[in-house]
Amino acid sequence: MNLLTLSWKYLSFRPLATGLNVILLAFGLAIITVLLLVQHQFEQKMTRDAAGIDLVVGAKGSPLQLILSSVYHIDFPTGNIKMEEAQRISRSRLVKQVIPLAMGDNVQGLRILGTNHDYLDLYAVKFIAGKAWEKPFEVTLGAESAQILGLKLGDTFSGSHGISVGSHDHDQHAFRVTGILAPSGKVVDRLVLTSIESVWYTHDEAGGAEPDTTTQGEEVRIAEEEGTLAEGIDPHLLPVAARGFPISDQEREVTTLLIRYRNPMAAIQLPRMINSGTSMQAASPAFEMARLFELLGVGISLLQGLAIALVVIAGLSIFIALYNSLKERKYDLAILRALGASRFQLVTLVFLEGISLTILGAIFGIAFGHGFLALIVEFTSQEVVSLVDPWVFLPEEGLIFGYALAVGIIASLIPAWSAYQMSIAKQLTKT
Amino acid sequence: MLLQSTSLSFAYPGQPSLSFPDFSLSGGDAVLLLGKSGSGKTTFLNLLSGLLSPSHGQVILDGTVLSALQGHHLDLFRGQHIGIVFQKPHLIAALTVKQNLELAQFLSKKKGGSPADLLQDLGIAGKASAAVGTLSEGEAQRVSIARALINIPKLILADEPTSSLDDEHAQRVITLLKGEAAKIGAALVIVTHDQRVKSEVSQVLELKSA
Repeated sequence: MNLLTLSWKYLSFRPLATGLNVILLAFGLAIITVLLLVQHQFEQKMTRDAAGIDLVVGAKGSPLQLILSSVYHIDFPTGNIKMEEAQRISRSRLVKQVIPLAMGDNVQGLRILGTNHDYLDLYAVKFIAGKAWEKPFEVTLGAESAQILGLKLGDTFSGSHGISVGSHDHDQHAFRVTGILAPSGKVVDRLVLTSIESVWYTHDEAGGAEPDTTTQGEEVRIAEEEGTLAEGIDPHLLPVAARGFPISDQEREVTTLLIRYRNPMAAIQLPRMINSGTSMQAASPAFEMARLFELLGVGISLLQGLAIALVVIAGLSIFIALYNSLKERKYDLAILRALGASRFQLVTLVFLEGISLTILGAIFGIAFGHGFLALIVEFTSQEVVSLVDPWVFLPEEGLIFGYALAVGIIASLIPAWSAYQMSIAKQLTKT
Repeated sequence: MLLQSTSLSFAYPGQPSLSFPDFSLSGGDAVLLLGKSGSGKTTFLNLLSGLLSPSHGQVILDGTVLSALQGHHLDLFRGQHIGIVFQKPHLIAALTVKQNLELAQFLSKKKGGSPADLLQDLGIAGKASAAVGTLSEGEAQRVSIARALINIPKLILADEPTSSLDDEHAQRVITLLKGEAAKIGAALVIVTHDQRVKSEVSQVLELKSA
């Protein structure tokens, strides 16, 4: 028997009141946990995925859409741009590096992204099997993509047209897996990477085989009307461009360009040059994401307010519970004193009860928070949400214990004081 | 003499001072404290246990002057050397019978008797792990006696211990108190106006109303 056991006995003696207080506090803290996890992971992911990309250039449209589609691969692209025009930008002295991207197909909702090996270097990927594509229709799978598709090295599959599931399939050409990437926690995990040539050739033949069966307004069609390749050359046998732009004797298109500046001057000059001097638009990931978070900020503050209100109510409720139970238990406390307990021990007992309640609340709150997030991730088909890993534990969650402890101590102050100054003789004589 | 009180007086705020007769008691002896209501029986008991401190005079238990002890020293001294039986059992309802006894041991920081043996002596061994709420009045009072005895005190104070019990149980409680006090050599002070108790104890101290 000790004070901790005694306080626990008192708490479990009133399971309903104790349970209510714990749950009330747990819900408030769960919301804080979810916000913490989502905000932290999104920001971290957004920053990591955009590292090394100073500017994105694509067809005119919403700049935010351009960033979301080309850097994070969560929105539809704004359209295509002419490769000739794109190449002109890459020759600018302000540009250090250009990575061209070509989009337009998916396999089971995973995007097939045509690019060059610079893209692999940008995210510093590691291969767990095989190597990067060298010929058309060879693909490298991101770690998660490989898992979702259940494909191994040497397996083949065909893509479907469009960015999301449900369009017609490109049956004519099967992609072949020649490389699988190690998990990196970055956007490449959920991509299917290949050469720009693969994307072109897929659509060349699709365009040749069928009439223009546009199924979606947003979909991106690449070089459909270009016609077939020169007679007698099998595109499968030609090596693809590993760096820079692919070589083509026809008028070709790409979807977007990821640009790295050569010097700080470029940040000022290049966007203006592109936006006013060409039919393309330039958008900065850092700027657009800051704008997005500003927009989301209102919602986040609202939820934070709700969470704080819940925690305060829980604190009040714990205070009332302690205070009431103390009134009922004044006689008990007097008996404890008569049995040899000091004033300090009574105060400790009251604090122990308050703090046990709130620590329980914190444990359940953090568990609820992670569990709730896991449920959302499990049952939602939105790609954005699936970026969040519900089982990451942040050091900031220690703060939640801090909050809980503070609530417990504040709620126990007045009851503890009244236990401290209680007169035992008076209490025992009153029957 | 184990217990001695000399020229004790106490005044509640705004009320005339109460004076108490000097008295002394040896270990193993029992005394009945009688008097009309308002004569200060409970106040006297509280002074003897150190729950109240006197305005004049002193209580000496086994050589220790109670009023010389301060704060938690007094609390600890009371827990270790004085066992109190209240009018109502007032057990801690959140604990079992045995845990109530263990709590008394924990608070006094003294490894006294064994709870199991004591419950055996008092004839309630079977109730050791029962919830306090399931006990009958008589059983509860016996548990509270066990709680007063568990630390093997030098002084046992009982405030109307039989007032809510029927004849059979009252008889049993008095016999137990007397027997156990004699066994551990403790001085026993019983406050009562119960006729059934008066015939059991020969030594009497009568408090006169002021």
